[in-house]
Order: sequence, then C-alpha cells, then structure tokens
Amino acid sequence: MQQDIRMNTAANPTPDRFMKIGRDPGRVERIERKSLTAWQDIRRRLLANKLAMFGFYVMIAIVLLAILAPLLSHNNYFSNDLDHTNEAPSMRHWFGTDDLGRDLFVRTWKGAQVSLFVGVAAAVIDLFIGIVYGGIMGYFGGKTDEVMNRIAEVLYSIPYLLIVILLLVIMPPSLATIIVAMSITGWINMAWIVRGQIMQLKGQEYALASRALGAGPFRIIFRHLIPNAMGPILVTLTLTVPGAMFTEAFLSFLGLGVQSPVASWGTMINDGASAMTVYPWRLLFPALLLSLTMFAFNVFGDGLRDAFDPKLKR
Amino acid sequence: MIRYIVNKFVFMFISLFVLVTATFALMNAVPGSPLQSEKATTAQIQKNLEAYYGLDKPLIQQYGLYLKKLSQFDLGISMKQRFRSVNKTISQSFGYSLRLGVVSIVTSVLAGCALGIIAAMHHRKFLDNLAMVLAVAGLAVPSMVMAPLLQYLFAVKWRLFPVTGLKEALDYVLPTIALSSVSIAFIARLIRSTMIEVLHADFIKTAKAKGLPGHLIVWRHALRNSILPVVSYLGYLTANVITGSVIIEQIFAIPGMGKFFVQCVIDRDYPLIMGTTIFYAILLLATRFLADIAYMLVDPRIRISSGRVGV
Repeated sequence: MQQDIRMNTAANPTPDRFMKIGRDPGRVERIERKSLTAWQDIRRRLLANKLAMFGFYVMIAIVLLAILAPLLSHNNYFSNDLDHTNEAPSMRHWFGTDDLGRDLFVRTWKGAQVSLFVGVAAAVIDLFIGIVYGGIMGYFGGKTDEVMNRIAEVLYSIPYLLIVILLLVIMPPSLATIIVAMSITGWINMAWIVRGQIMQLKGQEYALASRALGAGPFRIIFRHLIPNAMGPILVTLTLTVPGAMFTEAFLSFLGLGVQSPVASWGTMINDGASAMTVYPWRLLFPALLLSLTMFAFNVFGDGLRDAFDPKLKR
Repeated sequence: MIRYIVNKFVFMFISLFVLVTATFALMNAVPGSPLQSEKATTAQIQKNLEAYYGLDKPLIQQYGLYLKKLSQFDLGISMKQRFRSVNKTISQSFGYSLRLGVVSIVTSVLAGCALGIIAAMHHRKFLDNLAMVLAVAGLAVPSMVMAPLLQYLFAVKWRLFPVTGLKEALDYVLPTIALSSVSIAFIARLIRSTMIEVLHADFIKTAKAKGLPGHLIVWRHALRNSILPVVSYLGYLTANVITGSVIIEQIFAIPGMGKFFVQCVIDRDYPLIMGTTIFYAILLLATRFLADIAYMLVDPRIRISSGRVGV
C-alpha cells in the first residue's frame, strides 16, 4: 500500500494521495536494536569476518595439535631408526621420516611448540616492556617523552639480525638467545602504539576525574588508560606473533637458533630443502605448516584490527 | 629544512656510535682470547699475534684506536681468514649482495605499487580480491619456504631458470622473486589502503569533474599522494632485503656477504663480526636517512620548522 503511494506521487501528486502519519511518542523512544557494549560489537564484527574466523580456527587447531600430537603419538621426536630413514608418509609415520629415521609427524608438531613458544614469549615480553615504557612516555610527555623517544629511536635503528649476531658471541645458540635478541628491539613498536593511545586518552574526563580524586600517575596509567587502549595493543600483539615465529624459523634455518635434536620448523625446512628433489615430504610439511600458521595469525590480526576500528576497513 | 636534515644526521651518528661502542664492549666482554687455537703456540708467537692485532694495549686505547681506524674506513684485519683485511673481504663479496639487493628493492617497489594500484582502482571487485589474496599469501610464505619451492619447480623440474649462481640476467629471476615476495605484498597493501582513501578525496573529484581520464588521475594526483608510506617504508625494506638475502644467498649459492654473517659468528672472528655489523649498520642508517629526505621531497605538504615535522 505504502509503495503504491510513493510510486504514484511523482506522476500524479494530488493531495488526496497523502496521509498524515503523525508522531507516535512510544515509537520515538523505542530502541529498535539491542544495545551492545563495545566488546560485544567488536566480537560481532569479528565473528562476521569469515577470513579472520578461518584464521582463528586454524590457530586453535595448530595450538591443540602442537600440544597433543607429540603426547599421543607412539613415536617420539628424537629416536633414530636407521632401518627406516627417509621413508615416505605411511600409516606408521604420517609425515614420513628424516635422514636419521626420526618420525617427522612428531618432529613437525614439536617444531610447532618451539615456534608458538617463541611467538608467544616474544609477544608477552614486548607487551610488558612496551606498555610500561610507552605508558610513561605518553603520560608524562615533554622532556621525559623526548628523551625516552630518542633512546627508542636509536635502538630501533639497529636491525635485529645484527643484535642476534652480537648476542650469539656471548650466548650459545638457543631459544633463550633468540627471544632475548628479539625483545631488545621488539618492544619499541608496542611502546609507540601505547604512547600514541595514552597521549590521546590522558586528556579525557575520566583521567582528569581520577587525578582529581588523588590517584597517582601509575594508577591512572595502568588502571584507567591502558584498559581503554586495549584494542590497538591486542592487534599489535597478534601481529607480533607471526613476526617472531618467522624470526625463529629464520635463525634456526641458518643454524643460529635451536640446536638438534630439538626440532624447529626452521631447521626442518633447512634439512628438507637440501633433500627436496628426492624426499619432498621432508620439506613439504614443515614449510606448509609454517606458512599456514603465519597466514592464520596475519588474517586474524587484520580481522581484529578491522573489528576494533571499522573505519579502517575498506 | 637544513636544520631538520642536520638533526637527522646527528642522530644517525649517535645511533652508529652507540652500536660501535656496544659491539666493541660485547666483543671484549667474552672470556677467552679469539687468538686461542687448537694448535699449541709458544708464548712468543702468542705475544706477537696479540701485538699484531693490538690486543696487548689497554682496553680504552684499543677502543680509541678502533674508532680512529673506523673514521678512516679501515675495519681492521680478520683473525681467521689468513690476515686478510675485513675491507677486502667485504668489497669482494658485497658486489653480489648489492646487485641482488638493488634489483630486489626496485622489483618490490614497482610490483608492489602496480599490484596496489590495480587493487585500489578495482576496489571490492574481482581484481582487488585477487591482488589481496596474492598479497596475504606473499606475506604468509616466508622466504626460506619460497626459495626452495621456486628452485624446485622452476629450476629443477621445469628447467626454466638456472638453479644457482648470479652471473647472467636469468640468474636473477628466482632469487629476486624469493627475496621480494614479502615486500611486494607489504607495499601492495600499503598503497591500496592509502590510495582508496586518497581516491575519495575532494581534489580527485575535482580532477574527475574537469574531465581528466582515469589513468591520469591515478598517475598525476592519486599516486603522488599515496606513495608516502612506501617512501617511509624504504628504510625498513632495505633492512628486510639485507636480512633476507642471507638466506637467499645460501639457497641459491650466491657468493655474497650473507655467509659471513653466520660464518664469522661460528668462527668467533671478532674483527669480521664488528666489520660486517658496522658496515651494514652504516648502510641501513644511510638508507633511512635518505628515505627521510626523500619523504620530505615527495610530499610538498610537509613543511619543516625548527627541526620538527609538521603537516
């Protein structure tokens, strides 16, 4: 009915075709949709992003398999079986065996543990240093900010590869060395993100109110400002993980990372690449899983960023 | 403007000084002498060697000496490579790394921009989605996976390109793709997101209203405004290429500088470690400095006053 009126209006706009609707006071005040908190809104947007959710499920699957596969398999990652070297994937060895007859299925998931551990450890360290440093930089501003920022800039200009190399002179190649090397410069990015957020937020009324009530700067930073800056912090955190995993694989590939018999995707790819023409599965599985994991973390991180800031999504 | 450049230059020097000092301190903090070897040497030989490398002087004097030599671009003498100077080692191998690196950087920028522009111009259409799937895939597949894969498919299986080496033009194809894929993907995403924003700006509407054809709008107006993030990314692109080339050189058997990074750590060849570290640090800082200046030149909106960037 309503459509009829509208369609005829342009051609034949006589007054009798119009109808006064008037104001319905109940309708004006009615809230059409359920009101959502900020976090519910973010979750809704994230759940609607299929690619990001795909990344999320892949992340979960890889974490679960990394924990469970080495526990449940009847093989282990270090035993040699010299009668069954370089075997193709089979029921006994799902991903085949390497040149020492070690089961590649368990080694691959053991490598996943190493990768994930490095990724998460680096992200957590970055988070702590970054929040404290960035929080202080952003909140106090002025000379404090200037000096701290300069220090960060100088550190940031040194590439991590050089730091790793310098560290390896005084520390043996190991997981700890990799994590320390990554953390020396890794936190700076997080600190700058936090700084920017804090500078925006510190002028808000609730920060002022808290200060008026006698709260000290650290209480304001960590109780009031940081929780409100959680969005960009989480996004940065998610995107730190694949970067750190790449660095671990990179260093292990070069032989500067974890040492045998501990498995790592980087060392397995290095071993596999040298034998890829004859035993392609030795390269295939770790390479595929490393790419898949990095893909999953990247798309989930992107999705998270879009969910936090829909204006950015194009 | 001059003040801004001077300011940047001074900070480049401070960074370098911090790095040199930290490197020197770390090298000397390690217990044991780098001159110790498996072979037994007499005390006299040991003493002569130490004198040769200046290790018999007090630490502070060694540091001063190193700084002085460094200011004359002398990086010292390798301890493991039969008394070859670090300068010679670097100059013999750096050529390969430089050529591959330059080719890779140019490829990254050109291919990344092309991909990003295509995606932005066909926003939310098929070409955009295709370009972005390619870009995410490029970001996800690390170089140490990409390189052996390319080598296996294109060189070993289909024999389209040489497997290793870096002599002819064809040799460059596979290492360049492997080295650039991540940067291409990154630049493509960077260009796309800025360009979509720029294409909505009023001055683009004006250009359209004046009747300027689409490709000229992109070329003359949109690109210049969306290239800025790429310019500021150039410094980090160089760092990525340098880091990445360590692996690529190893896989494609290119006799560049990459191998020294690993070898000198295993050998504990301190002058070589310091030499390569400082050499690359200078290279990187200089690139970043140039990128900063280029950034200023590309964007006419940026005016420099009292040493700070203001828009």
